Amino acid sequence: MNFSEAFKLSSLLCKFSPDGKYLASCVQYRLVVRDVNTLQILQLYTCLDQIQHIEWSADSLFILCAMYKRGLVQVWSLEQPEWHCKIDEGSAGLVASCWSPDGRHILNTTEFHLRITVWSLCTKSVSYIKYPKACLQGITFTRDGRYMALAERRDCKDYVSIFVCSDWQLLRHFDTDTQDLTGIEWAPNGCVLAVWDTCLEYKILLYSLDGRLLSAYSAYEWSLGIKSVAWSPSSQFLAVGSYDGKVRILNHVTWKMITEFGHPATINNPKTVVYKEAQKSPQLGLGCLSFPPPGAGAGPLPSSESKYEIASVPVSLQTLKPVTDRANPKIGIGMLAFSPDSYFLATRNDNTPNAVWVWDIQKLRLFAVLEQLSPVRTFQWDPQQPRLAICTGGSRLYLWSPAGCMSVQVPGEGDFAVLSLCWHLSGDSMALLSKDHVCLCFLETEAVVSTACRQLGGHT
Amino acid sequence: MGDWMTVTDRGLSSESKSISQYTSEIKMSPSSLYSQQVLCSSIPLSKNVHSFFSAFCTEDNIEQSVSYLDQELTTFGFPSLYEESKGKETKRELNIVAVLNCMNELLVLQRKNLLAQENVETQNLKLGSDMDHLQSCYSKLKEQLETSRREMIGLQERDRQLQCKNRNLHQLLKNEKDEVQKLQNIIASRATQYNHDMKRKEREYNKLKERLHQLVMNKKDKKIAMDILNYVGRADGKRGSWRTGKTEARNEDEMYKILLNDYEYRQKQILMENAELKKVLQQMKKEMISLLSPQKKKPRERVDDSTGTVISDVEEDAGELSRESMWDLSCETVREQLTNSIRKQWRILKSHVEKLDNQVSKVHLEGFNDEDVISRQDHEQETEKLELEIQQCKEMIKTQQQLLQQLATACDDDTTSLLRDCYLLEEKERLKEEWSLFKEQKKNFERERRSFTEAAIRLGLERKAFEEERASWLKQQFLNMTTFDHQNSENVKLFSAFSGSSDRDNLTVHSRQPQKKPHSVSNGSPVCMSKLTKSLPASPSTSDFCQTRSCVSEHSSINVLNITPEEIKPNQVGGECTNQKWCVASRPGSQEGCYSGCSLTYTNSHVEKDDLP
Repeated sequence: MNFSEAFKLSSLLCKFSPDGKYLASCVQYRLVVRDVNTLQILQLYTCLDQIQHIEWSADSLFILCAMYKRGLVQVWSLEQPEWHCKIDEGSAGLVASCWSPDGRHILNTTEFHLRITVWSLCTKSVSYIKYPKACLQGITFTRDGRYMALAERRDCKDYVSIFVCSDWQLLRHFDTDTQDLTGIEWAPNGCVLAVWDTCLEYKILLYSLDGRLLSAYSAYEWSLGIKSVAWSPSSQFLAVGSYDGKVRILNHVTWKMITEFGHPATINNPKTVVYKEAQKSPQLGLGCLSFPPPGAGAGPLPSSESKYEIASVPVSLQTLKPVTDRANPKIGIGMLAFSPDSYFLATRNDNTPNAVWVWDIQKLRLFAVLEQLSPVRTFQWDPQQPRLAICTGGSRLYLWSPAGCMSVQVPGEGDFAVLSLCWHLSGDSMALLSKDHVCLCFLETEAVVSTACRQLGGHT
Repeated sequence: MGDWMTVTDRGLSSESKSISQYTSEIKMSPSSLYSQQVLCSSIPLSKNVHSFFSAFCTEDNIEQSVSYLDQELTTFGFPSLYEESKGKETKRELNIVAVLNCMNELLVLQRKNLLAQENVETQNLKLGSDMDHLQSCYSKLKEQLETSRREMIGLQERDRQLQCKNRNLHQLLKNEKDEVQKLQNIIASRATQYNHDMKRKEREYNKLKERLHQLVMNKKDKKIAMDILNYVGRADGKRGSWRTGKTEARNEDEMYKILLNDYEYRQKQILMENAELKKVLQQMKKEMISLLSPQKKKPRERVDDSTGTVISDVEEDAGELSRESMWDLSCETVREQLTNSIRKQWRILKSHVEKLDNQVSKVHLEGFNDEDVISRQDHEQETEKLELEIQQCKEMIKTQQQLLQQLATACDDDTTSLLRDCYLLEEKERLKEEWSLFKEQKKNFERERRSFTEAAIRLGLERKAFEEERASWLKQQFLNMTTFDHQNSENVKLFSAFSGSSDRDNLTVHSRQPQKKPHSVSNGSPVCMSKLTKSLPASPSTSDFCQTRSCVSEHSSINVLNITPEEIKPNQVGGECTNQKWCVASRPGSQEGCYSGCSLTYTNSHVEKDDLP
């Protein structure tokens, strides 16, 4: 595993282009585009203010940089560096900006969710969409880029509008049976739209592309409900994580629950492999008491080594006692992700923040649990194979694959605290983001890594 | 009689009265006479009798007393004391025999009574003790009863308390339920209120938003604009189309197309899955049939007719199914048939398997027992054997220890040195081996040496002979020198002879070569010969030749070899060896050379011997 040198970065803004050739990163008000292979700077654009959001167009030809504070969006072309485009939302303000899937339209959401402005780069036309709902995930595009679903709120009722992206024509408009819609998400095949209600009520609704209600599912009442939702890449399963610390898997035929995955604090099943990150400080000699005792410390020391150990069941995981009288309590399944082949599901229960649970979807059982020394910040699946990268805000990168687990120290002077990561679409490299630096990590070819993993699994 | 009655005093009269009463009673039942007497008045009567007797009979009233006794006795059923009177007037006579008999009988009776009395007394005692026992038992039981009663009361009390508690809990539960209900109601009402408020707020918010929107839109906000260098083409390269009803319809069409495609895809998948499942089912069915058919004959005999027919049905069904290949059809009837047949077969298979299981378990149990017995026997035998072996081993160890100790005592060295010896044994063995090897080598050397010495002796002899020959030859030459004309021809002749001899010599030289290439002897010799002949003419003058001859005579062996090194280089070793003939034995590495050298000299001498005549 090789690491590039660290480049400067601000506000964790770093993205690979969709075609995988370029890497865009922001340093204050400058946008830097590099070649992924050589890491040489190809283009350098200067924006009017500090960039708060960047996004590549789907064809990797344009990049939009949003400056929400100024209500500005600047678009840059990679092919024509002299080409420029600036969109000013004026007094309406700007809270969100995104590309349409064709890469020729920009959707800007104004402040207070007054409207969504659709700017075209091809024509002078500007369209407005009124009544967008201010919610977590109010806009979603189908994978093929044909349709956009938009959550709306009119007269205290939730609606969903489906637009055809090619000409922004309204295709369907229907009300949803929700108290306070929180999120919508297309299935990867683009035929089913999942709509879920606010966390106060457990309710998930499934609509067909033509607006028919296919099914509604509610697991329980009178308690905090859905926290996260994820479709499997095959569109066969819908995983719903909720505040009761369970993931429920719905099938795509009857839309009934197939199974539910509980996240108990103790793991008793001997078939489950529990990897525990263990920290060993090399400077500690025999008989030398560590002071303060390990575990009491805030996090892993940068100088100490850490490795995975296989814990023997029963294993009890570190749990947080949630403060229940505050809003957004730290309980329930906050993160969910299917592996690209739909064989595995990774979850994080927010009151056991140090653990990542990996479920085997073929056998519908818990496959492995990784307990880190510090709370898990992000995890992301390799787009090409079942391999999970995890970061915990420390200077290590953790990788899991069915063969085993490993932790890698990010080299470089000082502590490179990995706050976020994103995979390159080839699965050969990934960008590790710290507070003000980015560094690329190149993984070995599959065979080498798998053997290394196996060796590691055998050792531990 | 009447007189007597008056005479008796009052006390007695009362007595008699009682007696009379008795008698009257007794008369009623004469059979139970004795027992009655015994039971009712055994002790008081005897006393009375005694006192009675003391004052009963005096001299004066013998007659009366006898009559009285007679009367009494007769009433008791004894025979009369008087003899049978013959006439009325005659006075009755006392019959002594009867008296005595009566007495005896009375005595016997008395004894009996006494015995009975004793019995009764003991019985009485027994009964008394029984009574005591029973009384104690009774008291005990009473106590028990009391305690259990108390316990019962305690339990009842507890039960009551528990019931009370239960009631309280029920009450509490009810209260809680009510509370929950109330809270739920409150929650619901709050929720509705919240929703209501939310709605109100939202409406307000919406109004505000609307207003804001209008404000933002109405105000000619110059800032809201897009500043673009030039418009770019669409990603698909087409131009944007106007929105018309047509496009709308097209969009709808497309949407439905997509949906249809999805459904078709899913249907295809389901069909595929179905086909796979059917395949599996078919295979299972086939396997079932094949599994059931070989043993079908046996079960048919055993199993009742119904299952037999089922099997045959199944077979027919199977035949039909396979014939018609109706697996691809999915109509209701086929499905039913299929499921039915599979079910039937499954049932048969299940029963069969169960039967087998039962058999197996039985066999297993039996087998287990047998095995157990056998294994135990084996085990015991084995253990015995092993124990015996252990015993032997122990003994051996003991003897060895003893021997060791003896050895230790025999040698004044302590045991450590002995141990070291043990360790050295191996080394000794090795040394011995080396020694033998060495010995063998030595023997070899000896043999060589002997051959060398022999060769040396022979050489010495030859040398002597040669010397003699030379002397004779010189003498002859000296003699011939006088006749010079002859000399030349002689010389030539001799030369030729010499050349011949040298030729021979050369041959011998080559005879060594077979050690390297044994096949090239015949081929190599002529070449060498020519070489030699070439080299020899280098000394054509006689004087020179003489010199060479003298040289030869002086260092005959060396001289011969002086040629050879030039001719055959590989055998230089051999040449050297012949030079240092006597010290060769110390160099086993050059054995071969030595031998060759040896053979060279040997052959050389032979050649010259041949030349001798």
